Amino acid sequence: QHGRVKIKSTAQQEEEKRKEREKKLKAYVSARDGILKKRSAGEHDEEALQLTQQLLSSNPDFATLWNYRREVLLHLETLREKDEVQKLYESELHFIEACLKVNPKSYGCWHHRSWVNTRLPQPDWTRELGLCDRCLSLDERNFHCWDYRRVVVKESGVSVEQELQFTDHLIGSNFSNYSSWHYRSTLLPQLHPQPVPDSAPNASPSPTTSPQFHSHRVCEEQLLKEYELAHNAFFTDPNDQSAWFYYRWLLGRAEREEMISCVYVSREGERVSVAFSKPVHAQSEGLMLVLDGQPQQVQWRSAHPRFRHSPVWLCDLPPGSISDISNEHNLNIHWTEKHTHRDCALYTGSAESWCRDSATDQELFRSELSVEKSSVLQAELQSCNQLLELEPQNKWCLLTIILLMRALDPLGHEKETLAHFQTLKEVDPMRSSYYSDLCSKFLIENTILKMEYAEVRVFSLSDKNLTILCHLDQLLFVTHINLSSNQLLRLPPQFAMLQCLEVLEADDNAIESLEGLYHLPKLEEVSLRNNQICKLSDLESLASCTKLTRLDLRGNPVHRTANIESELSQLLPLVAALSL
Amino acid sequence: MAAEDLPSQFDVVILGTGLTESVIAAACSRVGQSVLHLDRRNYYAGNWASFTFNGLLSWIEEYKNQQEVQITELEQVWRSLIDEGEDAVPLSAVDSSISNLEVFCYASEEEEETKAPLTSFQPVNAETVSEETNGDSTEAQDTVTGDDAMATDAKTPNEEHEVSEPKEEQHTSDISEPSQSQEEKEPQLISSPADPPVEVEKKITYQKLVKEGRRFNIDLVSKLMYSRGALVDLLIKSNVSRYAEFKNIGRILTYSNGKVEQVPCSRADVFASKQLTVVEKRMLMKFLTFCLDFEQHPEEYQDYTEKPFREFLKNKKLTENLQDFVLHSIAMVTQQTLTEEGLKATQHFLRCLGRYGNTPFLFPLYGLGEIPQCFCRMCAVFGGIYCLRHSVQCLVVDKAANKVKAVIDTRGQRISCSHFVVEDSYIRDEQRQSTAYRQISRAVLITDRSVLPSESDQQISLVTIPPLEPSAPAVRMVELCSSSMTCMPGTYLVHLTCSSSGTAQEDLAPVVSQLFHVSTIPGEEPSEGAEERSKPAVLWVMYFNMRDTSALDSSSYSLPSNVHVCTGPDGSLCSDYSIKLAESVFHHILPDEEFCPPAPNPEDIIYDGDGPQAEGPGFDESTNTEADKSQAEEEGAAHEKSPSTESSEPAEMDSVTQQAPSDTTPPSEE
Repeated sequence: QHGRVKIKSTAQQEEEKRKEREKKLKAYVSARDGILKKRSAGEHDEEALQLTQQLLSSNPDFATLWNYRREVLLHLETLREKDEVQKLYESELHFIEACLKVNPKSYGCWHHRSWVNTRLPQPDWTRELGLCDRCLSLDERNFHCWDYRRVVVKESGVSVEQELQFTDHLIGSNFSNYSSWHYRSTLLPQLHPQPVPDSAPNASPSPTTSPQFHSHRVCEEQLLKEYELAHNAFFTDPNDQSAWFYYRWLLGRAEREEMISCVYVSREGERVSVAFSKPVHAQSEGLMLVLDGQPQQVQWRSAHPRFRHSPVWLCDLPPGSISDISNEHNLNIHWTEKHTHRDCALYTGSAESWCRDSATDQELFRSELSVEKSSVLQAELQSCNQLLELEPQNKWCLLTIILLMRALDPLGHEKETLAHFQTLKEVDPMRSSYYSDLCSKFLIENTILKMEYAEVRVFSLSDKNLTILCHLDQLLFVTHINLSSNQLLRLPPQFAMLQCLEVLEADDNAIESLEGLYHLPKLEEVSLRNNQICKLSDLESLASCTKLTRLDLRGNPVHRTANIESELSQLLPLVAALSL
Repeated sequence: MAAEDLPSQFDVVILGTGLTESVIAAACSRVGQSVLHLDRRNYYAGNWASFTFNGLLSWIEEYKNQQEVQITELEQVWRSLIDEGEDAVPLSAVDSSISNLEVFCYASEEEEETKAPLTSFQPVNAETVSEETNGDSTEAQDTVTGDDAMATDAKTPNEEHEVSEPKEEQHTSDISEPSQSQEEKEPQLISSPADPPVEVEKKITYQKLVKEGRRFNIDLVSKLMYSRGALVDLLIKSNVSRYAEFKNIGRILTYSNGKVEQVPCSRADVFASKQLTVVEKRMLMKFLTFCLDFEQHPEEYQDYTEKPFREFLKNKKLTENLQDFVLHSIAMVTQQTLTEEGLKATQHFLRCLGRYGNTPFLFPLYGLGEIPQCFCRMCAVFGGIYCLRHSVQCLVVDKAANKVKAVIDTRGQRISCSHFVVEDSYIRDEQRQSTAYRQISRAVLITDRSVLPSESDQQISLVTIPPLEPSAPAVRMVELCSSSMTCMPGTYLVHLTCSSSGTAQEDLAPVVSQLFHVSTIPGEEPSEGAEERSKPAVLWVMYFNMRDTSALDSSSYSLPSNVHVCTGPDGSLCSDYSIKLAESVFHHILPDEEFCPPAPNPEDIIYDGDGPQAEGPGFDESTNTEADKSQAEEEGAAHEKSPSTESSEPAEMDSVTQQAPSDTTPPSEE
């Protein structure tokens, strides 16, 4: 058609582009070789700066060139006046800015920028802060920039208030950016710390040495504002995880302090067990035992050789030191690493004795929440329940409700909690195993609480779909345990902490491994019917339990092994009643 | 330019440079058609035009002086050009699409002066107040000269104002001759409690407006661009977007219970909103999320397809507050709109969110008038010829075929063409089936402050105003800040639009007095207190009606089949109607061609040496004559390479090449 504009064909364009690319590559390679040659010749001149600048502006990720540039700059620094040095480094900053436009996520660029600012006689932090803000407005999740910004803020002494406002601004423009929520969580404790001494009287009666550690907490007035902010976010978009994670942080409590939570001593075997609030490594000199005023040279070992760190440590006293039941003894255990200690008296006529913090006293299982007043938590539970009414399928809401219920009253809410877990597994099948494990954990915690209230040493949790075992360090005194009809796959090494266990029932599970039945000095009877024990070698650890006399292995694949009976009697000669 | 300079044959002759005609011109030219594009006015874009303040004053003058053009003498000239077997269809020489124009000025006529610093909450002393009161009345009477009957009472319905009486002009105010008796201070205290205490406030006087008049770009039509609307899609597809720059609309506001408040429409807005409870936030988000793909859930709304959208909203348990937000500000539909249409409107709004910002809208820097000019430029780049102040007297129709063979222009030249595209206002009543039109009511205000001051004073706001009374129309208001390059710093340019039920002033003055401080309304006490003073003051206001011909189609005219009439701007917020019309006219003319395919990169164009490659003399001239208005433009490359581009008004073309500051968002492919 007449008058139509003629346009080059795609093939022509492609060809031109290809030639263009080839030309560029050639120039790049020869420039690179030239620079590397200069560097090995030790030339530190202006020309080197120019050459590296050419290459870096098209490829800012070439770390070697940045290194060379630093060498050159350091050399030039020695030759120049102070204000010239300032100019030199300022032009360097301009150059880096241009490179950041090419690749705003270049490690080399950001690192070099930090370095230049340390060399700059008069760094202009305001400008640097402006640069960060501009970068973050383009990509709010550029972690390079976040990192650099932290450096700038620290160096320039920007006030915490200003930084908090900065997070307000970022969260306001996009609350799905967890970087800004997280930054907020680091600022708030600095700006609104929780007054430390006043917190204890309000809380429920707790031991004089508070197990909680408060310095990362935020004062209540501010917390209420933060709760509101989080509500706004998760009511607006309940599927966005950022606000939920932040909310969990707000509700959460600090880590427990490391301390001795329990000392147990038994005349039989003359053994001492020490439990800590968290796993420690006590084989070093840190753990000291004083018996009746005399420091003892003892060999500490963890409950199972697999653990270097363990919450439970054991030792045998020298033979005869406490075996006479008519003697009274005083034990002092010192944990020198944290300057704590615990005493335990073994009275005349007692075969054993212990001293401990109970799980109920410590509110140990109020999951990770709970430092706040229960009225606050109650209000939060109401808000979440309100949201759940609108969004009955929302997993974040369900999970948060479960945690709040546990913080408020784990036993009272047990039924609702289990129902919510059921819903969670249905709406989020991808994570159903996670929910099962979490549910198992909560059930074990509840059973421990019930056991303590009843003041018994029997732990029974059968037919509850348990998938894992945990908190076994809390079962140090349990003599009878019933785990039948669950979905357990193993008795983990932690099981070896059950130093008082006499009878174990774990029928109708899918247990394959008995690793944890290891040196249990009082274990007499084990029932493992209908499990998945396949090999004779799986039973080897039982040999270390010297009192074991009754063993029920019916319904396990292991019975198919040839000569099983004779093999077993050889392995476990003490077992009198063996059922296969 | 002499008449014989124009070639005597074109594929398409287009009369009128409004958006639809300009898009058709660009589309035809792009696929190789020879295009002659004419406009009888001395500016581009017709009723889509943007004017500087001074330009607008001239436009007002022109409106007032508009007379029936004496065409009898010319008629004889073209009569001789009609051959046997041909018929002549004369066109209208007068534009009657604007009516009921009224102008009021409230800015002080004094020389510019600086006021003493105002402290926040500082009470206004009694003396000042009384002076102001006096000032109000004198000024009003003085400003609106020539018509005592309605000078002081803006609300008085004036029977002489007939909606379709275009030549009614005795009531317009005389702006060009400001009265001399202004001794009073500015009738309005520009103080806001939010202002920093030591800020020195400058009064904006009428002189200042005139002096800074070039900073204004005042649109006759007020529209925004949906970021996924037909216009933005076309700008991107055709590469025409490179000729303009855009700014996001920053906020969507509404007026309810006597105050202006922000409409939470994006996720971030809902999150930050202080007026909604958390449960409302959830309900609103849930509803909006549903609207995004409502077609997937027919069970949710199928019982309501025959019922109003409002009822559906109620059924969805949205609170009154939320219903208003969705109905008026998001879907922007009426109480009567049916559910499905409401859902579609909501969906469109939501789909446009987030493409370029937190609201669905863009606004072209320098005003909407830029857009038709961008398409004209595209047309010129591909060889279209432009003549302003140049029209067509009559069409030459082949009686046998009932087709237009040629046109006779206002210089008496006969130019043959295969297709003739014309804007509606050039059509005489004889060629119309009916002369009853809908009208759009418009008001243009210059104010001293935003209706909702906030941290950033450089935001464009869309304000949806639900009907003040059940019978009144819903009014749409766009408040432009100075960084949109449509008004001088320190002022806001406010456009109000609604479909007419009376004159523009009758329709819109009540809204203006609700939202702004208008010093001439009788009975108003300037000392009324903080509430009144917290409203922005109107410095200058213009009311007019514009004919809305968008309901017309080809059956509304008795014209040959190759005459394509383009209706003028419609009353809606977006330009989609005009773009779709352009596309359909284009496909009528060239059924087998693609509509506005992407323009090639200049470096990919092959020149065979035939066409002149140098820049036409016209462009040199234009750059020189208005060099201060526009900077040299990178896109000049496209000009240089364009085939011969003639124009009788080359200077006008230049306004297309204005440069904008860099804080804007040009549309581009994602």
